[in-house]
Amino acid sequence: MNGFLANAVIYILAAIICVPLAKRLGMGSVLGYLLAGILIGPYLLGFITNEGQGQDIMHATEFGVVMMLFLIGLELEPKNLWKIRDLIIRIGLSQVLVSAALVFVIGLLIPIPWQISLAIALSMALSSTAIVLQSLKERNEMNSPIGKMSFGVLLMQDIAVIPILAILPLLVIAVPELAVEHTDGMHGLIDSLPGWAQTLSIFGAIGIVVLLGRYGFGPLLNFVAKTRLRELFTASALLIVVGISYLMEIVGLSPALGAFLAGVILANSPYRHALESDLEPFKGLLLGLFFMAVGSTINFSLIFNDASTVFTLTLGIILLKTLVLLVLGKVKKLQFSSNLKFAIGLSQVGEFSFVTYAFAQQLGIFDQSLTDTLMAVTALSMTISPILMLVFDKFIIPMLSKNTDIGEDKMDSFQEKNKVILIGFGHFGSTLGRFLRASGVEATILDSDPERIEYLRKMGFKVYFGDGTRAELLQSAGAEEANILISALDNTEYSIKLVELCKQEFPHLEVMIRAKNRYDAFELMEKGVTNIYREHLDTSIKMGEDVLKKLGFRAHTVHRMAKQFHDYDEEALKVLVKFKNNQNEYITKSKQQIEMQESLLSGELMRKFSVNDHAWDSDGIKEAEITGQDKTKQ
Amino acid sequence: MRKILILFAHPKFEHSEANQAMIDSISNLENVEIRDLYELYPDFNISIQEEQEALFQADVVIWHHPIYWYSCPPLLKQWIDLVLEFGWAYGPGGVYLKGKYLLNAITSGGSELAYSKEGRNQHSITDFLLPFEQTGKLCLMEYLAPFHLSGTFKISDPELQEKAKSYREFILQLRDSETIDRPLRPSPSKI
Repeated sequence: MNGFLANAVIYILAAIICVPLAKRLGMGSVLGYLLAGILIGPYLLGFITNEGQGQDIMHATEFGVVMMLFLIGLELEPKNLWKIRDLIIRIGLSQVLVSAALVFVIGLLIPIPWQISLAIALSMALSSTAIVLQSLKERNEMNSPIGKMSFGVLLMQDIAVIPILAILPLLVIAVPELAVEHTDGMHGLIDSLPGWAQTLSIFGAIGIVVLLGRYGFGPLLNFVAKTRLRELFTASALLIVVGISYLMEIVGLSPALGAFLAGVILANSPYRHALESDLEPFKGLLLGLFFMAVGSTINFSLIFNDASTVFTLTLGIILLKTLVLLVLGKVKKLQFSSNLKFAIGLSQVGEFSFVTYAFAQQLGIFDQSLTDTLMAVTALSMTISPILMLVFDKFIIPMLSKNTDIGEDKMDSFQEKNKVILIGFGHFGSTLGRFLRASGVEATILDSDPERIEYLRKMGFKVYFGDGTRAELLQSAGAEEANILISALDNTEYSIKLVELCKQEFPHLEVMIRAKNRYDAFELMEKGVTNIYREHLDTSIKMGEDVLKKLGFRAHTVHRMAKQFHDYDEEALKVLVKFKNNQNEYITKSKQQIEMQESLLSGELMRKFSVNDHAWDSDGIKEAEITGQDKTKQ
Repeated sequence: MRKILILFAHPKFEHSEANQAMIDSISNLENVEIRDLYELYPDFNISIQEEQEALFQADVVIWHHPIYWYSCPPLLKQWIDLVLEFGWAYGPGGVYLKGKYLLNAITSGGSELAYSKEGRNQHSITDFLLPFEQTGKLCLMEYLAPFHLSGTFKISDPELQEKAKSYREFILQLRDSETIDRPLRPSPSKI
């Protein structure tokens, strides 16, 4: 099988078959992708050859990891990041240093040259950001204590990639005979520069990312959003991530870290939710491909030939990292079952290790067979750890479940999501939003007019850019946690789309919809919407009230009549909707309704209104009183 | 010339001939302000500050309302609840109404006879006004005997015109007379 399209078909088909199957069997999607990769890899069906193909795809799709970190960055405002600095620095750094030190010592004991041992140790200390975060997300544990600790550790590891890549060349200097010319790889344009200049360019690059995030991306996205071309906005989002990755690669930093940084800087921007929803599908696809590529590169012949070594190494590193993490979890006072989950979750070797192996091989520290073995170990550990998690979830948690997790929820959550999502911040929506805010209720506001957003943000409103009828956007705006979704859009078609979307994706949301008129209201009613707000109803009644007052009606009487008319009109609508499709009957019915409405104004119902208040002045009482008096007289 | 403030509360003024006649007789009098509460606050959302300003300027305050269930209509009760604030009308520092005259001008369907020991309400109208009386006292006001238009259910037009005229005279007297001596209950010394 050759050719790009053939490959694409194989990959996508494998994913479509394996991932739903894996999900059905209660495994995470990660395991599904890995198995799909193994299936189509050179050792089972052989669709994908190991030489080149699998690894090439893997390198290409590492971009998915970069995007993931960008997206995670978007969710973290700097102040939230500052809150978890303790996790990142203390727990994360301890994990990297202790794990690396132990592996290094074991390597020395085997014995292998210390340079090789150190390179292996540093590489193996890293865990797989992609696997861990993906499965945390799938199990909705990102905000749990385990999720936060895992995130802190992973973030530190991503940061650690930088010094690791910096240290590896030094090992070569220490072993000059190993030195080999390397032309490509992680380090790019600045390799020829002297050391101080390299350092300077690294800081320069980070500076550029920060400055771009602050002053560059906003205007760019604003400019593009004004064209109202969705695909162009997506392209800009991609440009940001690709651009940053490239910049980082030039100076030899971790692209993932750069993207993460850019994400954090953009976390406060109005485009946050739109960026998230635009990049989410790419991230998902690329990550899926990445996992498949990992699966396909598992060198089974190597494993079979040298099964004992590969399995010993794999299980050894998993065990070692699990133990280190268990101790750290204990320090952080995690409950035993949570701690075990945290430790096993992070016990695999990560995708950045592929990068460091490749780099070490280019530098001549590793030879081909060692790289192959390490790659096999890494890929295998990435496959085994999700399986271990599955076993753990299915069998061990139920056994431990008597010790329920109490007292772990005290850690701060990353962000406060609002109970109300308000879509459309035009005249209608902004009035509503202002009223809610004046009453102390904050809403997450989405709008798709960039100029309006800019203006409103200047006025101190936090408004996000995006088309609210997209599930991913609603998701990232916090639809899972919200209670109420309001559509203040003047386009009922959009509102109906939104209603259908909510019914499917977020059935727990109470939807409250603005409708232009009676006919739009009918459509919404037929979709099962009960909270419908006809935009002309209240204002026209209000105007009628004022007309009546100007004509000399009593204010209180008019006020109550208006309320009664409003309720009456809403009730009438519920009757009329049943006859909406029956033209003749509808016309007679609405004639009836119109007649009734007229009679309300002309006095028929007005008298009913009076009669309802007979306690205040009715003729009935007068008569009874008079006859009563007469009786007493008699 | 005293300033008179009439706080008029009738949820269905347009249907009340008795009150229309009374209000007509006193409208457009100098230094007599009529505040029609159901017209000002159809939604019961009373502007407390405006009401307090009007109260502060008045020398005589009149609660003008029909008697419903031995009390005033709900908006006037709301007015009493909200406008007579602690620390303003009563309590520490609540001296802004001190010494002002206060009374109820009321209409009732029942006759004078109905509001007596022998009548079916078994008490005099004075008894039923006790909460208003005590409210005034708590606010350090001089609570006066009411102006009462009774038997509105069967009053004749000439009788009503007569009564309305006497209401006007009563108001003018409150406005112009040198002294006001109209206690609800005669004090023991005067008996």
